[in-house]
Amino acid sequence: MVTLAKTGNEVMAEAMRQIDPDVVAAYPITPATEVVMIFAQFVADGLVGTEYIPVESEHSAMSACVGAATTGARVMTGTSSQGLALMYEILPIASALRLPIIMCEVNRALSGPINIHCDHSDTMGCRDFGWLQIFSENAQEAYDNVIQAVRIAEDPRVMLPTMVTTDGFIISHCMEKVEVLEDKVAKDYVGEKKSPYSVLDVDKPVTIGALDLTDYYFEHKMPVIQAMKDARQVILEAGKDFGKRFGRPYGFFEKYKLDDAEFAIVALGSTCGTARVAIDELREKGIKAGMLKLRLFRPFPAEEIAEALSQVPNIAVLDRSDSFNAQGGPVFTEVRSAMYNRNAKIINYVYGLGGRDINVAQIKEVFCQLGRADKMPMVNYLGVRE
Amino acid sequence: MIRNDWCPGCGNFGILNSVKAVLSETKDEVILVAGIGQHAKIVDYLNVPSFYSLHGRAIPAAEGIKLAKPGTKVIVFSGDGDAYGEGIEHLIFAAKRNIDITVVVHNNRVYALTTGQFTPTSPYGFKGRSTPAGSPEIPLNPLELILSSGATFIARGYPVKADHFKSLLLEAIQHKGFSLVDSLQVCFTFFNQYDLYNQKVYELQGHDPADREAALKKMREWDYNSDAPIAIGKFYQADKPTFEDRFRPDKPKVSREEGIAQVLRSYI
Ligand SMILES: Cc1ncc(C[n+]2csc(CCOP(=O)(O)OP(=O)(O)O)c2C)c(N)n1
Ligand SMILES: [Mg+2]
Repeated sequence: MVTLAKTGNEVMAEAMRQIDPDVVAAYPITPATEVVMIFAQFVADGLVGTEYIPVESEHSAMSACVGAATTGARVMTGTSSQGLALMYEILPIASALRLPIIMCEVNRALSGPINIHCDHSDTMGCRDFGWLQIFSENAQEAYDNVIQAVRIAEDPRVMLPTMVTTDGFIISHCMEKVEVLEDKVAKDYVGEKKSPYSVLDVDKPVTIGALDLTDYYFEHKMPVIQAMKDARQVILEAGKDFGKRFGRPYGFFEKYKLDDAEFAIVALGSTCGTARVAIDELREKGIKAGMLKLRLFRPFPAEEIAEALSQVPNIAVLDRSDSFNAQGGPVFTEVRSAMYNRNAKIINYVYGLGGRDINVAQIKEVFCQLGRADKMPMVNYLGVRE
Repeated sequence: MIRNDWCPGCGNFGILNSVKAVLSETKDEVILVAGIGQHAKIVDYLNVPSFYSLHGRAIPAAEGIKLAKPGTKVIVFSGDGDAYGEGIEHLIFAAKRNIDITVVVHNNRVYALTTGQFTPTSPYGFKGRSTPAGSPEIPLNPLELILSSGATFIARGYPVKADHFKSLLLEAIQHKGFSLVDSLQVCFTFFNQYDLYNQKVYELQGHDPADREAALKKMREWDYNSDAPIAIGKFYQADKPTFEDRFRPDKPKVSREEGIAQVLRSYI
């Protein structure tokens, strides 16, 4: 293990180098551009054996990824915001065809108006497309998550595409101390790609993506639904083994000072780093504040979350995007549904749209308002002008 | 005042100045549409009604505006990544329809906004950030493509030759039908071609833009890759019905009420 100073984008590229995928197809977009541009340099320098296609659009990028993956190749890409949105049409094809494509996705607000900064609207927009979605708090987690993602996605019990996300600029462009594994150690952990079928196998011809109507479409969706359920066990195993080997264990979420908490927030991504500071300061004043930091959004670990929050009477869910369902953000909707038969008071804070900064004082204010949670509206908007 | 964000030496200044001059001369109602890229900022610097669209999607947005406001001159500012890459299908179909809009492509032959990747018109071997070992692709010739797609006004300009560029712009805007002005806008930071263009660029002389074969031959002289002389000027112009003209040519001459009455009578 070596300790390096790297940005989120740099470590994602570094993880890709170690994974050494067979094919990468990508198109540049701020703030994800560097992930694939650094990787393009690795290709040019002969540090990887990857076939790299600098395609003409993200629609082509994801289509090329799907095509390559049907041959049994290990395939990766990276994108953000509008780029991800342009891929939307193909994303459910990847999951339906059980293609374990790995995407480095840098969270950025969807247009319009056009904006290049972080919120989670792009990733949340494709939350129901059959992709696993893993969020990272910092560059270290971004690296660790990409390495684990390959193993999780390619597990025969899963075989689903997976996106690992960082927060645009906040993680993607900030330099941090990151522990990077030795190449061989990383490769050992990831393992070799095994593919149950390939369009290239002329002795066993298969047609992929054929018409599937009222007769069998439903039956063919069921295994995807099942694989999403089964993925939970695989994610736990991968995170545990990662911890055993490298000292950094991972689960569905992290509990931060949660066990005796009277007031807790649920959050994901880089905001959790800010929240830790707020919680520490509140704890010093004797306020029992805590956090459930969500790492996995798809599949959604509902039962485990409900269990982890079962002793907390007042909960605020922080969402860095809105659902436009007139009921708050997507994380809130899921958490509340997970907690439907529990007694806790749960409210929502939508914050940080279009990269609007969130600071320690604001998070402390959320905890303060949790003290009178029953008088607060169900959905609140944090840090926005009237 | 909006601060101008282009680099010193950017070829976009030349386009901006020419557009300002042309727009201040015209009395037409004008709406501007931009893609996403360095080029798109041009609409920030002009006090004209404008629509900032998505990367690659400026042309269909402009088509929609034109259909809703047929009397308006609709001018699109697009990048080479935008119009010749991400959204190339729109360029082809707008030309095929011969819809009466003007597309000015800021063809700096690089993705400038995302800091220097190759585009469909970068030369073979171009060393950009997505192709550090050199682009493995041959560039496409947008003029040839757009001629075969059905465009009725096709020009190439070099904004450094300001008067010439201005007159091309003006003609393109006045032309009834789909016009393309491929503009050799230099990206000073990521692909500085000033020396090459200053050496190679010449103005078309004695060329008959009505002669399609001659136009094609001239378009093929420089393929965006070789070191052949680079012609600027009007390569092709034709007078053909526009999409608006051809749209429901059998438009009923009678009033709406009479039309409905006629239909009803046919059932009696
Ligand atoms: C769907 C989508 N993909 C990628 C981007 C990122 N992006 C913005 S501008 C641009 C390229 C710009 O190149 P060009 O069109 O040539 O314009 P220039 O900056 O050179 O003027 C890219 C890739 C985006 N905005 N939307
Ligand atoms: Mg360009």
